[in-house]
Amino acid sequence: MKARILVGAHYGLKDWLAQRITAVVMAVYTAILIVGMLRGAASSQDAWHAFMSNGFIRIASFLFIVSLCYHAWIGVRDIWMDYVKPTGIRLVLHVLTLLTLVGYAGWAIQIIWRL
Amino acid sequence: MPEMTKQRPKYLALHQIRLPLAGFVSILHRISGLGLFLMLPLLIWLLELSLGTTPEQKATFSNVTGSCIVQLILFGLCWAYLHHFCAGIRFLLLDVHVGIEKEQARKSAVGVLVISLGLTVLVAMKFLGVF
Repeated sequence: MKARILVGAHYGLKDWLAQRITAVVMAVYTAILIVGMLRGAASSQDAWHAFMSNGFIRIASFLFIVSLCYHAWIGVRDIWMDYVKPTGIRLVLHVLTLLTLVGYAGWAIQIIWRL
Repeated sequence: MPEMTKQRPKYLALHQIRLPLAGFVSILHRISGLGLFLMLPLLIWLLELSLGTTPEQKATFSNVTGSCIVQLILFGLCWAYLHHFCAGIRFLLLDVHVGIEKEQARKSAVGVLVISLGLTVLVAMKFLGVF
């Protein structure tokens, strides 16, 4: 059996990459939203509702929500890892962060999907 | 390995360390990210209300977004989003080795601060009906 290397590089590479990919997804979504708003998507409540109900925007919103929650998980987890040293408190914060983010994702997706 | 266990000097007098501008952008990136995370429930709730179809939801939406405190929080969050967005793009460019020279990096740090603040003022003015 190959011995596991416990120290070294690449342990955070996957998260590092995921944080950047989700950032790009969110940046593209932001650009789409800004263009939509400049073309009047937020000029009235009806226009806003119609814009967000559009099939393409709905999928884009879904991808944005998932990206946001994954991105926030990595970022907030890094903050706890940097500043919170006691293992017990850190574990509690990690679990709370994960649970709230999964909850937020469900809530937000449900709002978009109900339209 | 005596070298490894040697006590190294620490200098963490935060009030005396002068943070370069790029460091300022970096810590604001972290603070804005945490702020957005903590305020996510408010933002999702407002999204829900903004897309609501019942008269109660519409009334709640105008009441909530009409309150001065909420408006102040929203302008703060708007800045946080824009700063996180601009600083994030700067970091992505630095990752692919664009603008890593000292002078360029300083200029892009200034750019992030100016653009995000400027756009926040524009959004706030639009929201308050100035133009």
